[in-house]
Amino acid sequence: MTKAVASAAPVPRPLSPLGDRRERREVITPEGVPISFELAAVGDRAGALILDLLFVFGTIIVLLLLAGAAFGASLDRKSWLVPLLVIALFLLQNFYFAFFELRWQGWTPGKRLIGIRVIDARGGPLEPSAILARNLVRELELWMPARFLIGGRALWPDAPGWAWVIASLWTLVFLLLPLFNRDRLRVGDLIGGTWVVVQPKPVLLPDLAATVEVAGARAAAAPAAYPFTEQQLGVYGEFELQVLEQALRGEPGPERTASLIAITNKIRAKLRYEHDVRLEDVELFLNTYYTAVRAHLERRRLFGKRKADKFS
Amino acid sequence: MSEPTPPSSPPPPSSPPPPSSPPFAPSWPPAWPPAVATPVVTAPGAVPAAPAAPLRSVVFRREREATWRELEGLLARADKGGLRALSATELARLPHLYRATLASLSVARSISLDQALTRYLENLIGRAYFVTYGSRQPLLAQIGQFLAQGWPAAVRRRWRALALATFITAIGFVTAYVLTRGDMDYYYSFIGDMAQNRTPASSTAELRAGLYDQGSFTSMLASFAAELFSHNARIGIMVFALGFVIGLPSAFLLFYNGLILGAFVALYTSRGLGWDVWGWLLPHGVTELGAVILCGAAGFTIAGALAFPGARSRIDNLRDHGQDAARIVAGCVLMLFLAGLIEGIFRQTVTSIGVRYTVAVATLLGWTYYFVRVGRAPRVEAEP
Repeated sequence: MTKAVASAAPVPRPLSPLGDRRERREVITPEGVPISFELAAVGDRAGALILDLLFVFGTIIVLLLLAGAAFGASLDRKSWLVPLLVIALFLLQNFYFAFFELRWQGWTPGKRLIGIRVIDARGGPLEPSAILARNLVRELELWMPARFLIGGRALWPDAPGWAWVIASLWTLVFLLLPLFNRDRLRVGDLIGGTWVVVQPKPVLLPDLAATVEVAGARAAAAPAAYPFTEQQLGVYGEFELQVLEQALRGEPGPERTASLIAITNKIRAKLRYEHDVRLEDVELFLNTYYTAVRAHLERRRLFGKRKADKFS
Repeated sequence: MSEPTPPSSPPPPSSPPPPSSPPFAPSWPPAWPPAVATPVVTAPGAVPAAPAAPLRSVVFRREREATWRELEGLLARADKGGLRALSATELARLPHLYRATLASLSVARSISLDQALTRYLENLIGRAYFVTYGSRQPLLAQIGQFLAQGWPAAVRRRWRALALATFITAIGFVTAYVLTRGDMDYYYSFIGDMAQNRTPASSTAELRAGLYDQGSFTSMLASFAAELFSHNARIGIMVFALGFVIGLPSAFLLFYNGLILGAFVALYTSRGLGWDVWGWLLPHGVTELGAVILCGAAGFTIAGALAFPGARSRIDNLRDHGQDAARIVAGCVLMLFLAGLIEGIFRQTVTSIGVRYTVAVATLLGWTYYFVRVGRAPRVEAEP
């Protein structure tokens, strides 16, 4: 962390090898290859839950309105429609989440909109019983705290004040359990053995080492214009290479140009580079350098010699 | 600054110029080895030659990119429309593409320093993983398999928790029965507000009428909904969920259930309506009480997983037992649904004691047979 901060210029912040600082968890696929997922933030999960609850209660309200419109004033407590609506409410409350997670393999409409998903923590397929387990426990962690918080005194009129406070705190612990543990598990996740992760979005960026050759004649002349010796290529390690890649892939704009210029100066100073680099050639220089260092490090890697950063 | 060294003639490349890359083949397995990459610089201090061939990792990516793009396209369509959106050939292709991309990820991790590529492959594999390892059976088949094997087997595995739940309910029942027979005032402390018009203050004739009245269809359905969803299923699911807190609230709820039952039966037995009240309770009561006891068993399963993990960690134990417990509870909701139907519809149409007892015995035998025999692995016949 201190390596990049020590430079005076605005170099991009140090990043983990995977490029971000959020929580990641590894899952071993049945083939034995570890793949890592990013844990969903608690705010995302809460947002997805709120969306799902809106869908549930929205459906109930729509059903009520439809029933009222269709049957008008004859809707009283003895009508057969009210029990049906009560049944619908029960089924929606308890089986909405399980139904969608079963059908869509880990998604509910709320989760889908936010972009998060349920996976099995051990790396296998998501079992139906696991989905049921994690959703039936909502009675404990969602509906009961909701009844306490919203219904409040009406639920338990004879209780002394302190008992009601303690009961509310107890139920709140279950509601807020994801905040209290590292894997952001709620009670349902503990019982079902699942994690909620961000749905990965694969975006293939162009290969920086390949762009040098496709840029045309000017690029072909670049290695001759900006040569590097073997010793100069061995100064930096993989970490700096990836930082350079992040900088080259940044959003085009004055910030990026400024940081590229700063990086160029730093590299030239460190390498004691004898050739001058024109201002408009900064990107070309860095691309050439990037390709050269990458080729050098990859070749050494094939022989088992890894250089993690400039200090190793 | 030192003078730049005068350019000398570039040394010949160490290997002959490589052949052109193999023709682009998106099918699996890809051609291997790819064209050899020569480095951009050679001997120290010398001016390097122009790049003769791209990097090994660049060639690797170029050869496999079509495979990845194909997988990406299939995944986008599968995510949007479900697996049904893919044709049969595409579905057959999916596992091949997944394995090919997985191999590419392993190779990329070892030979390529292109961070964006590694991240792309990780994300792609992450997405493909969901589609490839999602559930295999359609929903109806899963439900059928659950009813035929999953649920009874889970109940059989948790027979100890089931015994404990039955025991606690029985103790509650006996306690309330004995106490209420001794002093009728206990009825009010056990049942309280739920008594409505069936209290010790009611006359025997009123109580008898309460057991045998016949209502209209709407009141039947209303009572079905009210009983089921305000009382039974909520209690059942709560008993299961409260198992997470080491089972004590679950035990309390079961005991309380037994108490209510005991006081209720005691009131009717004291007026000489013993046979009638059991005939009123048992047709649906076998199913309903069985379901609540099973939910208690599920709650105790979870409590036991937390309290007595044995050789494994609590989290692992909880995961395994939790799945069994969830199976039990899911089936219990079905049982409570049936109990509600019987209670709401059957009880108010049929008033003959004989029929009621027949149905009660039939349900008892039926559930016992279901949980003891259904879903067992077939016994292997020994060869003579």
